[in-house]
Amino acid sequence: MTTNRRDFLTAAVTAAGAALTPDVPHTHDHEHQAVPSDVALRVKALESLLVEKGLVDRAALDALIDTYENKIGPRNGARVIARAWADSAYKQRLLANADAAIAELGYGGMQGEHMVVVENTPKIHNMIVCTLCSCYPWPVLGLPPVWYKSAPYRSRTVIDPRGVLREFGLELPADVEVRVWDSTAELRYLVLPERPAGTAHWNEEQLAALVTRDSMVGVAKVAPPQAGVSA
Amino acid sequence: MNGVHDMGGMHGMGPVQEEKNEPVFHEQWEGRVFALRRAMGAWRKWNIDVTRHEVELVPPADYLRMSYYERQFAAFLVLLAKVAFITPKELDAGKPAPGTPVAVPALTVEKANLLIAKGAPTSRDVPVAPRFLAGQRVRARNINPVGHTRLPRYARGKLGTIDRDHGVFVFPDTNAHYLGEKPQHVYSVRFAARELWGQQAAQQDSVYLDLWDDYLDPA
Repeated sequence: MTTNRRDFLTAAVTAAGAALTPDVPHTHDHEHQAVPSDVALRVKALESLLVEKGLVDRAALDALIDTYENKIGPRNGARVIARAWADSAYKQRLLANADAAIAELGYGGMQGEHMVVVENTPKIHNMIVCTLCSCYPWPVLGLPPVWYKSAPYRSRTVIDPRGVLREFGLELPADVEVRVWDSTAELRYLVLPERPAGTAHWNEEQLAALVTRDSMVGVAKVAPPQAGVSA
Repeated sequence: MNGVHDMGGMHGMGPVQEEKNEPVFHEQWEGRVFALRRAMGAWRKWNIDVTRHEVELVPPADYLRMSYYERQFAAFLVLLAKVAFITPKELDAGKPAPGTPVAVPALTVEKANLLIAKGAPTSRDVPVAPRFLAGQRVRARNINPVGHTRLPRYARGKLGTIDRDHGVFVFPDTNAHYLGEKPQHVYSVRFAARELWGQQAAQQDSVYLDLWDDYLDPA
């Protein structure tokens, strides 16, 4: 374990091309593996060390994890979308100044400090990607799913958006304009999907229940309510 | 840097695989890595561009093999060692070096909640004149810096149109190397898909990138 742990840091430091501190032992008589299978133990060991040094407070870690596991997620974004569908004045504010409009519903903050909302129409389809890392609007969608952070999505969305959408089950007509938004700076994007037919008399809560995460990333449309289900 | 992280337009990565009912964290350690990075970030020894660049420095084969949180953890360890929060000996022993003074954590629960609610805006309220106006034609510069940049390879040298001006933001290419914020305007720039990818792309499709003044020339 001791050797492995040393190997891990050495490998990680070396791997990243970092300036080695003089006391890092560096050997080449083993296979470098930057993250061994016992990564869980290594994370635990690091956390214990940082806590013991007084550098982190475990309660703050727990609060962060609890927030993103249980409090902040795509239901937030769904409420924003439902409000925009139900209230045209709100929709105009949302498209003109997303930060302020999203804050009206009490959302905002980390990784959503500078929001932009882009509107889908029958002739324009927007979709969001971050080709360089995995930027994503946390306050309204929560942390991104694995596929959003994956090489296939990051590599292909800008060059073959229609092919990617097909894998999500969405075939766009040839005359629709596809706009891909690559989150290369600190702007974070949210797609305002089209309101589905058959929801004319639905209230915001009912509308919000229809809105999916994928529709707000722009890899799906919001499906109309199933036949037989009435509001 | 022209690293493997700059993935836009690459082939061969396979199909997108969506997981139904995906948990926020698949393993407990992923959540701990996520939270530890924020908690240590509160010491303000680095910035978001530094952390992004550190992930980019993970060697390409490892970068592609690792999961997102594995990459984050590997880069985090390097960063902790670089700024001397921990020494290799301490990590090796799992204990602080004898005689190390005990600090008071930078991120309390209260501050964590404030960070979540307020974030860390990277816009800057400084009077910097924009170099471009909405509607103007621009060409993304053909630059190949060995350091950090947020101008993807696929857009370099390409012609685009300024869609809108987002205001003044910290410039990552300097900030990632502790060379200052160099605040400047960021624009949404629209590139026709055919300008980027040729005739294989649909005529009406486009890709929008958020680009800083220093990435653009008038066209």
